[in-house]
Amino acid sequence: MADKVLMKGNEAIAEAAIVAGCRHYFGYPITPQTEIAAYMAKRMPKIGGTFLQAESEIAAINMVYGVASTGKRVMTSSSSPGISLKGEGLSYLAGADLPSLVVNVQRGGPGLGGIQPSQSDYFQATKAGGHGDFRMIVLAPASVQEMADLTVKGFELADKYRMTSMILADGTMGQMMEPVSLDLAVNPPIEKPWATTGTKMEREHNIVNSLFLVPEELEKSNFERYDRYKYIEENECMWEEYLMDDAEICIAAFGIAARVSKNAINEARKQGIKVGLIRPITLWPFPNAPFKKAADKVSQIISVELSMGQMIDDVRLASECKVPVTLSNRAGGMIPSPEQVLDAIKEAAKGGAK
Amino acid sequence: MVVFDKPHALTDAPMHYCPGCTHGIVHRLVAEVIDELGIEGKTIGVAPVGCSVMAYNYFNCDMIEAAHGRAPAVATGVKRADPENHIVFTYQGDGDLASIGMAETVHSAARNENITVIFINNAIYGMTGGQMAPTSLPGQVTQTSPYGRDVTQCGYPVKVCEMLSKLDGPEYLERVTVNNVKNIKNAKKAIKKAFQNQIDGKGFSLVEVVSSCPTNWGMTPKQALQWIDEKMIPYYPLGVYKDRSADKEEA
Repeated sequence: MADKVLMKGNEAIAEAAIVAGCRHYFGYPITPQTEIAAYMAKRMPKIGGTFLQAESEIAAINMVYGVASTGKRVMTSSSSPGISLKGEGLSYLAGADLPSLVVNVQRGGPGLGGIQPSQSDYFQATKAGGHGDFRMIVLAPASVQEMADLTVKGFELADKYRMTSMILADGTMGQMMEPVSLDLAVNPPIEKPWATTGTKMEREHNIVNSLFLVPEELEKSNFERYDRYKYIEENECMWEEYLMDDAEICIAAFGIAARVSKNAINEARKQGIKVGLIRPITLWPFPNAPFKKAADKVSQIISVELSMGQMIDDVRLASECKVPVTLSNRAGGMIPSPEQVLDAIKEAAKGGAK
Repeated sequence: MVVFDKPHALTDAPMHYCPGCTHGIVHRLVAEVIDELGIEGKTIGVAPVGCSVMAYNYFNCDMIEAAHGRAPAVATGVKRADPENHIVFTYQGDGDLASIGMAETVHSAARNENITVIFINNAIYGMTGGQMAPTSLPGQVTQTSPYGRDVTQCGYPVKVCEMLSKLDGPEYLERVTVNNVKNIKNAKKAIKKAFQNQIDGKGFSLVEVVSSCPTNWGMTPKQALQWIDEKMIPYYPLGVYKDRSADKEEA
């Protein structure tokens, strides 16, 4: 068994990125993810990499765009207000079909909000990262080990599908320490014949671009991109099921909310309530299948979120409104307690099994 | 015997620029310099948003189209990706470089990022149809300053070379123009130096080219070239604003 080290979630992301072959990091300080930048600032110069503190989030994401154009693995990280600033770049990355890894260690909003953990950028990450028709692969870790694992996975998916992978974590995931193995399996890098690395006078020039003035051509590029997205939806969904086999009530939760929910589920089980958890690991593509299946046998789904209820919309769509979907939430940087979730489970149990 | 030919670094794509626009001249100068320095195979150009947005179709080297104003940040990424093997230039207009992208301009200069910046200052937003630019002259009539640029309301034009010259970072800043043969020759010399500096690892080199926009200035091409002499150059004097290596040699 590989040795484990005790690390903060933010540091685990940074080291995993290095293990994945990322040698270029651009960022701008913002709580609660600054450990990623600090870690990169220490490590990158020692391994021939680039750490650059950009003048803004906008500059950072465009530096990412520059490195990504050359085909090298590159990342940036930020927290909610900073991700809003990166929105322009995220759209351009999508339009130019460039792979990149972007980390959002979410804090409460809107506006300057606060610095405590939140999941209120779910809509932004899964539906509206920027202007135009595009998607990002959104990965939601629920442990420090997953912060590392999904970072590697994020780079690989980004390269494979030529798009941005976003790690959607939260302040808790970023700050908490857990043992983590950094003996991570990394697949060999893939060829990128489209990259702008200089023609060497051996080929036609490559162009990285998102401008299509002829609407028929722009439409075609959109349809082609969405064919790719459809393939991803069919092949890349990831989720965890916990005690769902005999569950009569289902909790839907990701990230820290899933961990709180597990505590509540364990307590509820002791009290004889058959409740389980579906934890989406990919938020886009959203794992519809397990919710669709659950909707045929549970009496209620409870979406536990650190927001005013964002993922709940996708849970409703996935369960095709066959069962009531209710919300148990805190917002603005507050975290639901296991007791709160247990109360919601008990309330649901009053309605009886399906 | 060939006495005049298209530089290899330019493609055969017909340019979309208006008659009398000086973009074509500057494109050619950049391409000639790339040819003469033998760097086409390792050069990566970054096009802006503005009239030269489609520069990626006109240069034979690898090209990237950047978001509005972000070309220096994109170029920073491209350069840092492989500093030994990438020659990187941006080609930007005044709205791109001196308004929406001012932060990227100033900070890439402050970092002495080893890139070459070609800055087209024609005192107007051409692509969107002639709005006031950060470099529009006091009193200049544009679509968004229909009564003339009123400095009490819109403030004063931004003098990019003068401003950047106060920074410790940049290696080389020169303002040139291309409104006659002598000035074109001088502009080429400056552009070549800006690329050579990058090859030599000297750092951030920016050439501001005072340019014409007959279409949006409402002038004939000839009048526009005269207007450069009469109005633009008095406000934007030509010359070297910073040349660190030369300054060192003198000292």
